[in-house]
Amino acid sequence: MSDILITNGRVIDPANKIDEVCDIWLADGKVAGVGVFKGTATQTIDAKGLVVCPGLIDMHVHLREPGEEWKEDIESGSQAAIAGGITSICTMPNTEPCIDHAGIVMQVINRAKEIGLCNLHPIGAVTRNLKGTELTEMRELSRAGAVAFSDDGKPVWHAGVMRKALEYSSSFNYIIIQHAEEKQLTEGGSVNEGWVSTQLGVQGMPVEGEDSMIARDIMLTRRADARYHVAHISSKGAVELVRSAQKEGLNVTTEAAPHHFALTEDEVLNFNADAKMSPPLRTEEDRLAVIEGLRDGTITVIATDHAPHHEDDKRCGLSCAAFGIVGLETMLPVSLDLERAGVLKMADLIATMTSNPADLLNLPEGRLNLGNAADICIFDPNKTWTLDRSKLFSKGRNTPWHYRKMTGQVQYTLKDGRIVFEKGEVKS
Amino acid sequence: MPKPLFGLKHLFGIADLSREQIKSLVDLGDDFIEINSRDSKKAPTLRGKTIINLFFENSTRTRTSFEIAGKRLSADVINISASTSATKKGESLLDTGQTLAAMQPHVLVIRHSIAGTCEFLAEFLDNTALINAGDGSHEHPTQILTDLLTLKHNIGDIEGKTMTIVGDITHSRVARSHMLAAKIMGYKVRIVAPKTLLPSHIERYGCEVYYDFDAALEGTDILYMLRVQTERLTTNCYFPSVREYHETYGLNMKRLKAAGDHCMVMHPGPMNRGVEIATDVADSMKSLILQQVEHGVAIRMAALTALCGGGESE
Repeated sequence: MSDILITNGRVIDPANKIDEVCDIWLADGKVAGVGVFKGTATQTIDAKGLVVCPGLIDMHVHLREPGEEWKEDIESGSQAAIAGGITSICTMPNTEPCIDHAGIVMQVINRAKEIGLCNLHPIGAVTRNLKGTELTEMRELSRAGAVAFSDDGKPVWHAGVMRKALEYSSSFNYIIIQHAEEKQLTEGGSVNEGWVSTQLGVQGMPVEGEDSMIARDIMLTRRADARYHVAHISSKGAVELVRSAQKEGLNVTTEAAPHHFALTEDEVLNFNADAKMSPPLRTEEDRLAVIEGLRDGTITVIATDHAPHHEDDKRCGLSCAAFGIVGLETMLPVSLDLERAGVLKMADLIATMTSNPADLLNLPEGRLNLGNAADICIFDPNKTWTLDRSKLFSKGRNTPWHYRKMTGQVQYTLKDGRIVFEKGEVKS
Repeated sequence: MPKPLFGLKHLFGIADLSREQIKSLVDLGDDFIEINSRDSKKAPTLRGKTIINLFFENSTRTRTSFEIAGKRLSADVINISASTSATKKGESLLDTGQTLAAMQPHVLVIRHSIAGTCEFLAEFLDNTALINAGDGSHEHPTQILTDLLTLKHNIGDIEGKTMTIVGDITHSRVARSHMLAAKIMGYKVRIVAPKTLLPSHIERYGCEVYYDFDAALEGTDILYMLRVQTERLTTNCYFPSVREYHETYGLNMKRLKAAGDHCMVMHPGPMNRGVEIATDVADSMKSLILQQVEHGVAIRMAALTALCGGGESE
């Protein structure tokens, strides 16, 4: 006897190379079988016309708890995640206080468990208090549950500290995630430097700010034989640097955020602060290079850089506005455009949001193995809807997709075999 | 309520204006010059109108120019500068804008260091016309209209003429607005600056770029010198020294003569004598700098009148 049977859906489980219309059944919160179901189930979900896949993973999320809960807390962030079909999130350490001690790692994990909607895997800080000078106790943070290390929001700017961070972390096979931004080139900038920044009269952030730091870090990664992951890659030059490092055999990986492959700097031409983030939206050439990176496998992960802000921090003029946009609830529909455009096959696209980030961070999630926790996303790839930011589950309203048409919508999200999100509503 | 003239709801920048709108504003400004030279400088055009000058950046000439323009047309003019405003107490730009708009002025004239301030506020303020009196490095439309009026008086038709703008283009809203106006009105712009003071992709404005000032002189009809902020210049490595700047990009008599007898000199003020412009050039017969200031009042009268809907007839 199974608790839930999901039938008639197109089951896509990239890790197990499954892509076929079949059944999947769950018992005791675990995956009990994939194939042809013979038996009885307490509850049946008819997934005809829908895709059934592992619950999505977003490995680049900013929640604001502890410290700035008015922007987002773990509860609202968890709700936003499951509304986006995401059942595991990796949260960046730039909270207040930041995640540079084991106690805070455990605190946020426990808080997410209490809420029970979404797995939360903290990313620990590389340096104490994100100051860029002294390393954190990575061993202890790792034992407490940190899955990677990053000072994201800021770069580890000091080359000597970065070298030591790569050497130390790789001694224990940890991965360093870098927010690559040479501040000496980008300080004071709000948008990509180019024709758009010139027309706006707003200081720009040149691609060289991103590219030069990645180039430096790749050299340090080579020397340290480390694991280096570039966060939110956005420029053509950066994609080429990572591609060439991978060809050389270095352990360099990267992720792309949906806004960087869906939008360009033209979004800010009307001074739209909800299209301001770091790294900024860049040119069409850069956008196409990110898409090519996804197509050829240079970029293996899609992650949102979900960065909720209070509207007061966005409504103050473009150059004063905070950096960042929310992304959890738009990741899937925006990314599905890649499948519709023929860039990635559906299974490969889903892998970028399930098994690929799981493999990178050694997470058990992101696959429908028998006995795995039944974290499942069921979505309609063709359903069209209009995004209304006032209806987001996130406390952040800062999205550039307000009132835009989306294609593809999450119908059900299951966590540990329980329906936690169904057709627009969070189930408590 | 009277409708605004020339189809203008706000005045954000040259980018939003058509050739006809620019011509109409310049011509209306031309009509107002006469009032300013009268003994009794008062007309009832804007009687009953309220105008607030909200200046978040220091300004003497632009703020005074708007103030005089409003007062000479009988409007009630209130000046608010950042140093005395609520912003020092932590009120947000939006709250300040909404608070003042709630007092029902007809026009808010705004200067702010943030590019796009008017565009941003307009989303939240109904029933108040906004005039951009300079927003960061973005636009400064009334300065350009002023310059076009001065050029109308001194050159006549500007179409086909060449204006050479020299200096810190990166941080200049005046340069950007002129490059936009040049496309609309049919004059040519040459830009002279080192690469450190040029914004990215500037050639997309359709201007010619020179690093060598002397090479740009021949064929120039108007030499337009920009104010250089000397403190910004050296601390941010835009230029090694004021001395070298003046030598390389300053307008001296020798360069003015090389440009030819027909060439006029303009500057949006305030000038740094001995930096971007030599004193003898600034004070020469070729200098239109004080005419620009005079015409600035007339143009602001025109802009206020246009946005207030022409007001009562005299």
